[in-house]
Amino acid sequence: MPDIQTQKKQKEYEEYVKQVTPTHSLPLNMARAFLIGGLICMLGQWIMNMCQAYGLGRQISASWTSGILILLSVLLTGLNIYPKLAKFAGAGSLVPITGFANSVAASAIEFQKEGQVMGIGCKIFTIAGPVILFGIFSSWILGIIYWLLNVWGVL
Amino acid sequence: MAQQVIGQQSIQLQTPVSILSGASIVGKKEGEGPLGDVFDMVGDDPMFGTNSWEEAESTLQKETAALAIAKAGLEKWQIRMIYAGDLLAQSVASSFGIADFQIPVYGLYGACSTMGEALSLGAMAVAGGYAEHVLSVTSSHFGSAEKEFRFPLSYGNQRPLSATWTVTGSGACVLGESGGNAQIVGLTTGKIVDYGLKDSQNMGACMAPAACDTIYQNFMDFNRMPEDYDRIVTGDLGEVGQRILWDLLMEKGYDIRKQHMDCGLEIYDGKTQDTHSGGSGCGCAASVFASYILPKVEKGEWKRVLFVPTGALLSKVSFNEGKSVPGIAHGVVLESIEKGAE
Repeated sequence: MPDIQTQKKQKEYEEYVKQVTPTHSLPLNMARAFLIGGLICMLGQWIMNMCQAYGLGRQISASWTSGILILLSVLLTGLNIYPKLAKFAGAGSLVPITGFANSVAASAIEFQKEGQVMGIGCKIFTIAGPVILFGIFSSWILGIIYWLLNVWGVL
Repeated sequence: MAQQVIGQQSIQLQTPVSILSGASIVGKKEGEGPLGDVFDMVGDDPMFGTNSWEEAESTLQKETAALAIAKAGLEKWQIRMIYAGDLLAQSVASSFGIADFQIPVYGLYGACSTMGEALSLGAMAVAGGYAEHVLSVTSSHFGSAEKEFRFPLSYGNQRPLSATWTVTGSGACVLGESGGNAQIVGLTTGKIVDYGLKDSQNMGACMAPAACDTIYQNFMDFNRMPEDYDRIVTGDLGEVGQRILWDLLMEKGYDIRKQHMDCGLEIYDGKTQDTHSGGSGCGCAASVFASYILPKVEKGEWKRVLFVPTGALLSKVSFNEGKSVPGIAHGVVLESIEKGAE
């Protein structure tokens, strides 16, 4: 651990660097994220409506919607279009299911050179891994809470 | 043997070491930049005819090294040793690049400052009489560097404005006892300087203190002022780093704004090429040095130049473990030969 004097100096330098470093405009980024993220969701809703119009049930339609969005995202990743979209939209293209698909497909493409097992196998979830792990873990915790509340008769 | 040291960290070569040739090969984006015409070759294929980014970088480095040897009018066997480095883990781009040459090699890692390191050690070897001809070469590749340090290329994300763009390029120089029109007359070896910054996407700010330290030490050791140099050229500080370097040196009482130039700012047009803060990578300083700075010194347009490539000493592991990003910068003093003869 550096001594207090050094820590203070480091803090000062950090503050100074923050001052001279340009950053993206937050409102502009938010507006773009809203626009593209919204459009992706609209597309999803449209697919869902189409599926239901063809007489599929709600559950099945939802599965088709996710599947088609993932397929589109993976295709756009392979064609190198998704990164351009993400550069513009930021979280707008990162948060929907398409962003997740992009992170998996991109890793698969990049690490394919290192082999089917050590490359694709080990590294396909390098970016998506934390989302999968902590997503499942938190749903497990919520499940326990739900179960406890049931046992205690709160729900 | 007479001591050739001067001041705290510098070397003044009793017999200057000649730079016999400089060669560079860059990628398409660099070829489209403001310096596009000065590079020896521009490769349109980002894979350089190979199957992976790593192989591409190796090929790039090999071709550049061969070109530099040819430009010096030498054959491979006349090179006594090579000092080579790159950004990849265990410097594999260099290992696989120059293996075919069958020339003795020292592999180096100094992050983006590696060209400074390679030129320094090469000059020392020649000056010490350990080699007649030495090849100094470094390379970097956008694809392999992104894969090594950041994300897969097709992963969609937003780069911060402070981030730099890794140059796809390689630069090589052949050093020798005599010949050529430019020479290395002095060296200032850099210390590892750490101001505790942890933002690996703002490498200019991480490296600027190291550049400041080396430049300041160079002024002290050689008892020089900024005006004694026609140019002071840093490697890849970018816009953010340049601003910080100026401020830091100003605090020490030196104004280098008139002489200062940054390879990372020269190689791309920030307005149209979407590179954010500037270019970076071993290949940035090396290619700009070999094809832009060296010719200016050879022609005598610039009589004396201080070349200070800067490096950010981080790995993916050190970053994930919450370590700071220390910087390093090595200074090489060049003079055009006419001036030496005066």
